[in-house]
Amino acid sequence: MTTPNLDFDRLEGRSLQEILSDCTELFEDTSFPTLKAWREQGGKILGHFQVYFPEEVAHAAGMLPFKVRGAPVEADQAESRFGSYLCSILKTSLELALSGEVQLDLFVSHPICDAARNLAAVWGRNADYPCDILYLPQNANSRHAAGYLRDEYARMLRLIETIVGRRVSDEDLRRSIGVFNENRSLLRQLYAIKREQPWKVALDEAYVLMAIGGLVPREQHNRLLQTVLPLIEAREARPQDRIRVVFEGGFCEQPPLDLLRTLGQTCYVVDDDLLIGLRWITEDVPLEGDPLALLAHAYLEHSSYSPVQHDLRKPKEKMLLERIQGAQAGAAILTAAKMCEPGLEDQVAYAQALEEAGLPYFVSEFEEKMTSFDQLQIQLETFTENILFA
Amino acid sequence: MGTKSVQEGQEIVGRGVREGARLFREWFDGMTGVAEAGGTAAYVFVMGSLAEVLRVFDYPMVFPEIHALQTAVRRASHEYLNEAEDHGYSPDICGYVKADLAIQMRGGDHPMGRIPPPGLAVLTNACNTYIKWAEAWERMYRIPVFTLDVPGTRRAEAVTAPGDPDFENDRRYVAGQIDELIALCEQRTGRAFDLDRLREVLRHTNEMSRAWRRVLELNASRPGVFNAITDGTVYLGVANAFRGTPEGAQFFTDLVEEMEYKAANGLGVVEEEKHRLVFVGVPCYPIFRRFNELFTEWGGVFVTSTYLWFASGGADLGFEYDLERPLESLAEGVLISVRHAMDSMFYQDRALVDSVAQYGIDGVVYHPIKSCRTTSAGMADNRRAFMQAVDVPSLFIESDMMDKRVVSEAQMKNRIDAFFEGLNARRLQRAAV
Repeated sequence: MTTPNLDFDRLEGRSLQEILSDCTELFEDTSFPTLKAWREQGGKILGHFQVYFPEEVAHAAGMLPFKVRGAPVEADQAESRFGSYLCSILKTSLELALSGEVQLDLFVSHPICDAARNLAAVWGRNADYPCDILYLPQNANSRHAAGYLRDEYARMLRLIETIVGRRVSDEDLRRSIGVFNENRSLLRQLYAIKREQPWKVALDEAYVLMAIGGLVPREQHNRLLQTVLPLIEAREARPQDRIRVVFEGGFCEQPPLDLLRTLGQTCYVVDDDLLIGLRWITEDVPLEGDPLALLAHAYLEHSSYSPVQHDLRKPKEKMLLERIQGAQAGAAILTAAKMCEPGLEDQVAYAQALEEAGLPYFVSEFEEKMTSFDQLQIQLETFTENILFA
Repeated sequence: MGTKSVQEGQEIVGRGVREGARLFREWFDGMTGVAEAGGTAAYVFVMGSLAEVLRVFDYPMVFPEIHALQTAVRRASHEYLNEAEDHGYSPDICGYVKADLAIQMRGGDHPMGRIPPPGLAVLTNACNTYIKWAEAWERMYRIPVFTLDVPGTRRAEAVTAPGDPDFENDRRYVAGQIDELIALCEQRTGRAFDLDRLREVLRHTNEMSRAWRRVLELNASRPGVFNAITDGTVYLGVANAFRGTPEGAQFFTDLVEEMEYKAANGLGVVEEEKHRLVFVGVPCYPIFRRFNELFTEWGGVFVTSTYLWFASGGADLGFEYDLERPLESLAEGVLISVRHAMDSMFYQDRALVDSVAQYGIDGVVYHPIKSCRTTSAGMADNRRAFMQAVDVPSLFIESDMMDKRVVSEAQMKNRIDAFFEGLNARRLQRAAV
């Protein structure tokens, strides 16, 4: 696929800065040109709302899995479909569909929170294509969860097959799992650079490089990362005297890119939960065996954490402390999207755990449409100076 | 029913509310007794309490939603909300959660007595906040938390039924989890599970469900025989706190008798019923009585509500367990009923359309609230769908179930008055045609 400024087949020979600039432009383009190009070529699109979706299942059927993550647009039409006191991502995601900017063939959401679980019903009443809920297990500790999830994936696959008009074989699924294994591996490499040499890649740059994966065929994203990672490694940049922090609160609604730039100018964000669904599975999914069962197993057993998955083995505050320790960070930025109930609730637990651990933290809220970051920058500078000069 | 004497009639009318209040008081006293004896309780929720299993082990049960809302009814919720917010909880999260956590921080102190701490928490995913709430108890008390995951409807047009492979997958999952809950209870109590005791509990639940469904049906009478908000909330309290007990079954059996008597004798809830209404959402507890008066002063009567559907855990369906295969049937009943409770919130437009003919509805009152995104997030779109389907006026008023800071009685009254003026004008216009 070729988008106006980014040709994934001709990345060789381009400079890192050129590629990053084009990626940023593509990421910020709220007309979603890659989706339009895909449809113009006769492709079908499965839009899936945050946080996690087994994209391999859509990919194996030849659909383009599109990560629905809102957008910095005015929700003119969507506002009238929702009540007040809601996070922005729900409204702007629906707005993309209502405005016709994004045309899908199937929309899938998950009961991740009280607000989002209304989304499939609202979307379904306003769209002329199927809108389905994938019920990811909320009792991850049940020994029946994996079997249930395997069959839930099979149900989703049957629905997808009716949309694409063909059967999807186990071999199709294995091929797709291979593509996504490679993608996750490349993202792990990107995050390793963030952790080990954060001066080589800014927070917003790494974020954009990751987020492109939700917009284009994953093979193209793989080519992008394969091209860019060596360029980042080879970048000439010197470490600066900045504190190392972990950013928590980007699992669903996404902070504006300028907010990430502001953070990146103040400190090294060495790990985060931004778009964690793209990195949910933390190890390669095996290729031998029942592919759906293996994907279900990976979701439950080899996965990250977020405020919207309940797993007794993963108390959120313990997981955050592990993330901080794993990244050798000295502080945390605890954010939540405005009106994000799970995020706001976990902030209390995170803050308590960090205090007990003697780790400094900075608490904040954001909204995808916010445009002013001056005050945030001042507060952050004060926070980091307090740590640096304590 | 018409053959009852006047004296018998006087005893029957209002009995449900009187008895309900008495039972409720006793239930709270019982909780205080457990707390004062240093005991703990199983914390459960109204949408899928799993009372059927917990009663087999004689667990005292605490419904945090109920004790939280009681702080608002008793006009004390602001104290608890402030306390929780001082502790770091955001003004933008569920008020029930904050009130309960403040109660926990106060050692169980509650306007109606003392709430025992949890020894176990059992919840479903019918509301995601249940999960976050239980995680808070887990941190506070280090107690076991059991999340019974009940898959809901995937698409409005694809509600599955027994025999459907997708339904059977869900049922197996729910059944497996119920087995795991039983094992957890056995481990916690040191007692073996008693299948005959389960049958007994299921039989009481069946009687209650059958009667609850009949009570709801009887409000199709003209005039309506009970107020779905005020009386209905009392009935809901009993339906939840006494589910699976002989007292609960008897209460609802008696309630059917009362409602049948009222229906047969044309006894309504206001002097002159002028407008029959559906209430959608959760009541405005900080001004509970006044909120209802704003409607009854115009002769408006709530004859049904989505609250009676979802806050009874879907018991309005009247699902009855098969006592010959109790565990299998329990899994099926939990799946169908809890799923129905969720549908009452997310896909309510069709049920509301059906209620127009069934109950002779003149208007629908939507009450989205700040505290509850589960019930409120999709309400505006549900209303759009409803209005496209039927020509019935509706009112959309926002406030809260707990937080009086976002309850504006004067503003609400203006909107409600205008709504009734519209209903009256519409009636006059139709009469003139």
